[in-house]
Amino acid sequence: MATNQSRAIGKWALAPSLIVLSAWAFVPLALTIYFAFLRYNLQDPDNTSWFGLSNFYYFLSDPYFTKDFINTILLVGSTIIFTIAGGVGLAVLLDQPFWGRGIVRLLMISPFFIMPTVSSLVWKNLIMHPVFGLFAGIQRFFGSTEPIDWFGHYPLISVIIIVTWQWLPYATLILLTAMQSLDGEQKDAAAMDGAPPLSYFRYIVLPHLSRPITVVILIETIFLLNIFAEIKVTSVGGFAGNLTYLVFSQLNDANDVGAAAAGGIIAVILANIVSYFLVRIVGKNLEG
Amino acid sequence: MALKQTTGQKITITIVAWVIGLLLFFPILWTAIAAFKTESDAYTLPQNFLTTPWTLENFGIVQERSDYVLYIRNTVIIAGLSTLLGLVFAVPAAWSMAFAPQSKPTNNWSGYTWLAIIFGSGGLAALILYFMGWHPTNFLVGIILLLMFVVPVSAWVWTRATKDTLLWMLSTKMMPPAGALISIYLLFNRNGLVYKDWGWIDLSDYNLVDSFWGMVPLVMLLNLPIIIWMLYTYFKELPVEILEAARMDGASLWNELTQVLTPMAMPGIASTCLLNLILAWNEAFWSLNLTNKFAAPLSFFISEYSSPEGQFWAKLSAASIMAIVPILIVGWFSQKQLVRGLTFGAVK
Repeated sequence: MATNQSRAIGKWALAPSLIVLSAWAFVPLALTIYFAFLRYNLQDPDNTSWFGLSNFYYFLSDPYFTKDFINTILLVGSTIIFTIAGGVGLAVLLDQPFWGRGIVRLLMISPFFIMPTVSSLVWKNLIMHPVFGLFAGIQRFFGSTEPIDWFGHYPLISVIIIVTWQWLPYATLILLTAMQSLDGEQKDAAAMDGAPPLSYFRYIVLPHLSRPITVVILIETIFLLNIFAEIKVTSVGGFAGNLTYLVFSQLNDANDVGAAAAGGIIAVILANIVSYFLVRIVGKNLEG
Repeated sequence: MALKQTTGQKITITIVAWVIGLLLFFPILWTAIAAFKTESDAYTLPQNFLTTPWTLENFGIVQERSDYVLYIRNTVIIAGLSTLLGLVFAVPAAWSMAFAPQSKPTNNWSGYTWLAIIFGSGGLAALILYFMGWHPTNFLVGIILLLMFVVPVSAWVWTRATKDTLLWMLSTKMMPPAGALISIYLLFNRNGLVYKDWGWIDLSDYNLVDSFWGMVPLVMLLNLPIIIWMLYTYFKELPVEILEAARMDGASLWNELTQVLTPMAMPGIASTCLLNLILAWNEAFWSLNLTNKFAAPLSFFISEYSSPEGQFWAKLSAASIMAIVPILIVGWFSQKQLVRGLTFGAVK
């Protein structure tokens, strides 16, 4: 359909984006790989030498690595389970006709637009504070004398609660959109046959949602692997840190460029495993 | 789910939905209430939020103590400029892929040939760097070394079919910031990795950390794959027939672009801008790591309230409300269009 002229210009119109994106994707990564093999500490930057695989060895054998690796998996895994379960429920709910549906939808998706630093501090101070927080107030109302110190005793759970609150709207919005594209005839046919709501949900809605759910899981994984602000500003990095935070603290607290780079490479490998599947799924959709 | 619904059911659903909606919104509402209370009342909020008096003083104090206006100005500059800059790159790219797609690779070099080219030039660049002691002391050498990394990769992607190009762009978004943090931090730093005194151009006093020159391109690059994808899905939906009709009537390519395509694409471009604004406004990882004063956006401004000596809840709430309200409103208006950008077109 395109003329030769527009095709030729079209080819070149793509070039600037490709150049900046490949610079962004490859130059920092190449440098990180290089640093990962160096003994390089910012406190002693002139004394830099080849370090082989030692950075990886020290990073992986650090007890913090095991802890933070488990934290990362717990954080990503449980947030995904909660947001998908909640998201399906809320999407089904919002798909029903009721009074004030537009407003309720706005209320439900609002948390997604709140910047991570705000939600962390609001949850930590106003809601989960052991003395003045809202949860503590509710517990006292029900007669408890010793309210739970959320961030003191359950730092990882607290972070999971905050992150789930932020990402639930995302799952809801995507799944709701997918649900509204459900074929009208199928709905009518199910209604005519008098399908009970539960089996309608089980045999028609869920199969229709399986692909959007996969997409949500993969995209959330990509973003949740990189959770950082929620851990940094609530100062729970020592207890509930994840891999991203560990890389940050190697650079920021230990000034160890080599170890931080090795950690960065491990994070890249992890993210690549997930993105391999995501790219395949999105690619399948492009053909159709 | 349009199964038959009685009025009783509708009332039940309405109540359930409103309760859940208000619960999810509650933290924001609670912050808004605390923002209008005095400091001592804010601490005892759970018990008596209705009986205590309302006040506006917190907003003034926040401005006075931590200069809110400076930070929102920085945020607007970073988010706004990165969106505009992103459009400059993304609109031509998306247009090209939507209207002049390549169904198959334009040359028949095998994957191994390309791998050899990419690794060959990368390795050559590394060798040159090695013999120069890892410092490209000459501006031109620096640029040439950069191009040796970038050009073969770009050329490879450029000759792929459109579908693969799109997927490659998506995959650049997957790169975790932890992988790039060290390099970017060192590249941006004054005493960092690259000599910035190139004889005829001396940047050695210049520090990209905590400056707009660093933050704006960085945030633009973070979101570029998303906005290219979103624009692509919009452009793909435009009717090609109109373009052909315009061409038949003798419209030049320029006329076709400015008078036919742009007006039709405006809604798509607008919602892409909004999504990019939201993402850039709420960006936290790089803001917390690379800014601390001059170019610090609102996410950094709020993080300052986490220090123990800064435990003033009414002020924290007032600052939070001022930081989130503008973008919350943008989000409310654009929620329906966001889905395709947030799923790379996989859900529409």
